[in-house]
Amino acid sequence: MSETMTMAKALNAGLRRALEADPKVLLAGEDIGKLGGVFRITEHLQRDFGADRVIDSPLAESGIVGTSLGLALRGYRPVVEIQFDGFVWPAFDQITSQVSRMRFRSMGRLSMPMVIRIPFGGAIGAIEHHSESPEAYFTHTPGLVVVSPSTPLDAYWMIQQAVASDDPVVFLEPKRRYHEKGEVDLTEPPLPLDAARVVLQGSDATLLTYGPMVKTCVEAALAASGEGRSIEVIDLRSLSPLDEATIVASVERTGRAIVVHEAARSGGLGAEIAARIQESCFYALEAPVLRVTGYDMPYPPSRVEAQYLPDLDRILDAVDRSLAH
Amino acid sequence: MVVVTTSTDPNASETVVTPGGTRIERSEEFIQLLTPTGERVEDETFSFTHDDATIAANLRHMVLGRRLDTEATALQRKGQLGLWAPSLGQEAAQVGSGAAIAGLDEVIPSYREHAVALMRGVDPLDLLKTFRGTAMVDWDSVATRFHLYSFVIGTQALHAVGYAMGMQRDGVVGNPDPADNGAVLVYFGDGATSQGDVSEALVFAASYQTPTVFFVQNNQWAISEPIEIQSRIPLYRRATGFGIPSVRVDGNDVLAVQSVTEWALDRARRGDGPTFIEAFTYRMGAHTTSDDPTKYRRREEEAAWRAKDPIERVRTYLLGRGAVDQAWLDELDAEAEALGVRVREGALALPEPRLEDYWALTYASLPPALAAQRDAYLAYEASFEDADGEGGR
Ligand SMILES: Cc1ncc(C[n+]2csc(CCOP(=O)(O)OP(=O)(O)O)c2C)c(N)n1
Ligand SMILES: [Mg+2]
Repeated sequence: MSETMTMAKALNAGLRRALEADPKVLLAGEDIGKLGGVFRITEHLQRDFGADRVIDSPLAESGIVGTSLGLALRGYRPVVEIQFDGFVWPAFDQITSQVSRMRFRSMGRLSMPMVIRIPFGGAIGAIEHHSESPEAYFTHTPGLVVVSPSTPLDAYWMIQQAVASDDPVVFLEPKRRYHEKGEVDLTEPPLPLDAARVVLQGSDATLLTYGPMVKTCVEAALAASGEGRSIEVIDLRSLSPLDEATIVASVERTGRAIVVHEAARSGGLGAEIAARIQESCFYALEAPVLRVTGYDMPYPPSRVEAQYLPDLDRILDAVDRSLAH
Repeated sequence: MVVVTTSTDPNASETVVTPGGTRIERSEEFIQLLTPTGERVEDETFSFTHDDATIAANLRHMVLGRRLDTEATALQRKGQLGLWAPSLGQEAAQVGSGAAIAGLDEVIPSYREHAVALMRGVDPLDLLKTFRGTAMVDWDSVATRFHLYSFVIGTQALHAVGYAMGMQRDGVVGNPDPADNGAVLVYFGDGATSQGDVSEALVFAASYQTPTVFFVQNNQWAISEPIEIQSRIPLYRRATGFGIPSVRVDGNDVLAVQSVTEWALDRARRGDGPTFIEAFTYRMGAHTTSDDPTKYRRREEEAAWRAKDPIERVRTYLLGRGAVDQAWLDELDAEAEALGVRVREGALALPEPRLEDYWALTYASLPPALAAQRDAYLAYEASFEDADGEGGR
C-alpha cells in the first residue's frame, strides 16, 4: 500500500500512527493544537487525540523540554515541537545537560525516550533565526541521536522509529522540503533509523549529504552524468550515530568524497565526516575530502541566502575540483 | 468557555472555566481615561496632565503608525517583504508609551513596535529592510535610542535590565535635576512572559532596583495561544510576586497609557526601581503575514475589539471639543498618504545586499581564514562573470 503525499503530510500521518500505537505518546509545543503548528505538521491531532495528548505549551522552550523529561520519567514518550530551529536554544541546557545524559547519569537505570522535532534550514525567505542549521551542536553531544529525513517516505517512517527509540532523538525536518511530494509505502519501514541510504549509485565521486541538500545533490549528480560523470549520492539520514560502514564502502570505491550541508563550515558535521574518511579510507583517496557548506557567518539576510547556501553550481564546482586531482 | 461567576461590575474580575475544567481568574479592570466612545473619565490614581496639542500629536503618531503598518502588510501580500508583524490595533499602547520617553531614556523593543520606531526617528525604510531581507537590523540604535528588534522571544528583557544597571553605574539615575536622569523602557508580549529570560529579568530588576519599565502589550494572543495558556491571573499581578509594582492600563487608550508610562518612567529615573505595566490591548491583525487567525479565534471577538479602536476614540474626542478640525485631519491624511507612497516606492528601491559584505560583520577584524573564505567566494562568483560575460549568475 502506498500513497503520494508531501513531507508535511507524511510527518502528520507518522505522528498520528505513533499516537495510535502507544497511549504513552504525547505531543507538546507552541501552537501545535488548534493551529496544528505553524507548519501544520500536527494538524487535527489535538482534535482527534485530545488536549491531554496534544498539548499547546506555554511559550517557553526550556519548559517544554524540561517538563517532557519529567513526563518521560513517568513512562511517557514525549514528542516536542520546537517552532523554528533558531528557538531551540532556550532549551539547549535541558537537552545537552539533562536529556542527553540521563541514561549515563543514572548508571544506565533510566532512559529518555523523547523526540525533539525541529524544522531546520534555510531557503524560505525568512527573517533572522528562522533558517538555522543547528545539527553540529547536537551531534557533538554524546547520548543524543540526531536524524534528518529527506523524503516523505523517510519522514513517515523515521518519525515513528524516533518515537519508538529509547534514546532521545533530535529530529531535524528540512522545512524547505515540507511541501514536496513523494511516494510513501505505508506497509513497512524501508531502513532502520541509523542507516544511510545510497540514493544514486556512481563510481567517480561520492556526495555525502542529508536533509534539505539531498535533493540538490541528486540534481547535481544528474547534471554531472550529462557530462559523463558518475556521481554517487549518499543520504546520511542518521547524523549521529553515523553509518560509517556505508560511507566507507562508497568512498573506498570512488576514491573521492564531497560533503554538502547548509550549516556553516567550521566545526560542522562535514569536518567530522572528512576526518573519519581520512582515518578509514586514507589509501583509497584520490583527492582531499571537500566540503560545500554555508559560510562562516551567522545566517545572512534572506535576499542573499541563495548565495550563502550550497546549490547545484557550487556542488558541481566541487565535483570538478575533486576530479581535477 | 463557561462563565460561572460574573459580578455586576464589568470591571471586576470573573472566574471562567475552560473546556478542560480549569478555573481561571479573568479581569478586565484597568486604568482608563478615554472611553471607546471618546469620553474622558476620571481615575483615582492617574490623570492626564497634558494639553490637547499633545493628544493631537499622539493621534498623528497613531495614524502614521497605522499607515506604515497597512502599507507594509500590503507589500508583504504582494511578495515584496518576506514577512511583516502587524501592529494594527496596538497603536495606543505603542504611541502612549512612546510619548512618555524623554531625553536619556533607552527603548528596547520586541519586533512589533513600529509606531514607537517612527516616533524615535527610525526611518521606516530602514525598518523594512529587516522584513524585506535586504539587511539584518539596519538603523542606528545608539542615535535613535531605539535598540534592535529582538526576534527570540523574551531575550530583550534581560538586556534592558543590564542596560539599566549600566545607567545606575553611570550616575544617570536619581539626580536632583530630572533632565539628568534616564530609564529603560522594554517591550514584550503576553506570550513572552512565560520565558525564563523574562522571569530572570524581573528577578534581577527587583534585586538591583534597576530603572526599568517592563511594558507588556497583552494583545490576548501569542500566535494561536490565548493568554490563558500563559497566565491564570491577570498578567500584571504576576509582577507582585517578584516584588515589582505593577499596573494594568487600557492599552487602547493613548491618554491612559501615556500617563501610566510617564509615572513608571519617572519612578525609574528617580531611582525608585522597576515597574511592570500591562497594556490590555488586542492584536487586530494576524500574528504575522504567514498566520491565519481564522483557525483559532472567533470573528465576534475581533468585532468586539474593533469597537474599541484606539484611533477612533481620540479622533472623536478631539473633534468633539474642537481641538482639531476637518482641515487638520485632512492634512494628517495627506501626510499619511505621503508616508504610504514613500514606503511603497522606497521598499522596492532598497539596495540589494551583497554577501561579500557580511564576512566583515562577523568579527571586529576579519580573521585571515574568513578573509580567505570571502576571497574564494568572490573568485567563484567572478568565474561566472568570465563565463557568461554579463556579471553574476
Ligand atoms: C524563543 C522563541 N520561541 C518561539 C518563537 C516563535 N514565536 C514568534 S512570536 C511568538 C508569539 C509571541 O507572542 P507574544 O509574546 O504574545 O507577542 P506578540 O507576537 O503577540 O506581540 C512565537 C511563539 C520565537 N520567536 N522565539
Ligand atoms: Mg501577544
